[in-house]
Amino acid sequence: MISITSPHTVGQNSVSKVMFTLVAALVPGYACLIYIFGWGYLVNALIAVTVAVALEALILVLRKRPVGFFLKDGSIIVTALLLACALPPIVPWWLVAIGSGIAVIFAKHLFGGLGQNPFNPAMVAYALLLVSLPVLMTSRWANVDVLPSFADALTISFGHLDKGLDAFTGATPLDHYKLNIGRLTADNVLQDPIYGAFAAKGWMQINLAFLVGGLVLLALRIITWHIPVSLLASILVMSVLFGSDGDAFVPTSLHLFSGSTMLAAFFIATDPVTAATSNKGKLVYGAGIGLLIYIIRTWGNYPDATAFAVLLMNFSAPLIDHYTRPRVYGHSKAVKGFKNDG
Amino acid sequence: MSGHSYQTIIKNGLWSNNSALVQILGLCPMLAVTATVVNALGLGLATMVVLVGSNLAVSLIRNYVADSIRLPAFVMIIASFTTCAELLMQAYTYELFQVLGIFIPLIVTNCVILGRADAFARKNPVIPSVLDGFFMSLGFLAVLLVLGALREIIGQGTLFSNMHLIFGESARAWEIEVFADYPDFLFAVLPPGAFVGLGLLIAIKNFIDDRVELKRRANTEQVTVGAKRVRVTGTIS
Repeated sequence: MISITSPHTVGQNSVSKVMFTLVAALVPGYACLIYIFGWGYLVNALIAVTVAVALEALILVLRKRPVGFFLKDGSIIVTALLLACALPPIVPWWLVAIGSGIAVIFAKHLFGGLGQNPFNPAMVAYALLLVSLPVLMTSRWANVDVLPSFADALTISFGHLDKGLDAFTGATPLDHYKLNIGRLTADNVLQDPIYGAFAAKGWMQINLAFLVGGLVLLALRIITWHIPVSLLASILVMSVLFGSDGDAFVPTSLHLFSGSTMLAAFFIATDPVTAATSNKGKLVYGAGIGLLIYIIRTWGNYPDATAFAVLLMNFSAPLIDHYTRPRVYGHSKAVKGFKNDG
Repeated sequence: MSGHSYQTIIKNGLWSNNSALVQILGLCPMLAVTATVVNALGLGLATMVVLVGSNLAVSLIRNYVADSIRLPAFVMIIASFTTCAELLMQAYTYELFQVLGIFIPLIVTNCVILGRADAFARKNPVIPSVLDGFFMSLGFLAVLLVLGALREIIGQGTLFSNMHLIFGESARAWEIEVFADYPDFLFAVLPPGAFVGLGLLIAIKNFIDDRVELKRRANTEQVTVGAKRVRVTGTIS
């Protein structure tokens, strides 16, 4: 370390500081998830973090990297927590463990570790699990009205799955609405006890909690406003344009305040490694994710769409960056696209 | 180009120039049909028949076909052998033929076969060509089998299921259930799983090669740190 005397500006954020702020910002969302859907989320989070940290240490040893240095940055804890709050709460422990393994080994370290991964590791793991184990991943969402006790949550995770399981599981509102709107009117569908006064029971509070966490991140300047705003705006525009008829399409309130919308907008899409870089690029990137979320939710086969939408836009992030280069100071025009840079 | 020793032919085919792991040819059937061991074995054997046959035939006619029209000629030869393999499979392993479907006729377009015909058989006498065909396809078959076993274990938790498709009814009992009550892990069954699996196999091969190379260097070059070249004139007593 060279000691410098002159007054230099020192960056405020180190990787570990950013990561632990992220963990703190996830706390309200997590608390809400556990309060509304039961201890399953806590069990999943503990399993995911334990497995992810252990595997991260193992891989760092194998790659001959400084273990303590990279573990301390906490990025793997954020990945594990994001994965655990995306997974359904009532799943066996090995599903969570496999998910963490995929995120750490395949999505992160095979690409070169922190800062090198082109795809969001938590979303890679989620998408891979969803494709591989579709039944477990779609039929194990919690029922708001019947919560398992902590002991039950542990039994479900580590013991036999079938014990009284049906009481604890329920459809997600997005899925329920889409399945039933074909034969019922909007009023009839909304009679179902999973819907509340506004949007879906439980899910709205969870989304609000993630929104609060996200606003904290914005206030602390961990993230910029571009991605969340453009993402939410494009979902809003799409659902107002196409979904104004509640008898045919999922209404706007459900799109914004049910499922994973707020989590996606503030925590998943804003991952600085896999998102576009320039501010204009971030706008395009966030709008693209919102558009894809709406398209996959409405015309696709999956109950929610964040993972696929984020991964598809991760693919496009380098292209977006190419076309949204800002003007360099002193030059009259920015070089955009793949034209000759000279 | 003659003078390939049998040893190098064997080593090239099985390891150092393995068609699947080093040349990365024949990806289409490799990724599509290696979901189980029996499929991998069936396709590997059919490829072997075609590759040995085509190398033999190409080597026999190598002095009589003009260079400018050699590729159409090779493709005709390969297509006839593929048709033979297809008819043989229809006759003896009809169920497996149905499982593998389009990938049997598609052996014609397998680059391993045309590649070996053009790169080896047309420049070499018959016996080395046949050996090259055999060991190249054996290396291909080995990779198919390993990939098939991996994907079968991870994908459906069994090993050697449905072997009766090739070996007759008595082979039905060969099936090993590796995990009881296994929920199918579809990623391994689908083509993306094959891509990841093949990538891992290539990585393992490169890792082993690196290790061997390091060891060889350590054995041959023993440089002591700080050694200097000294010119000695006269004798030191």
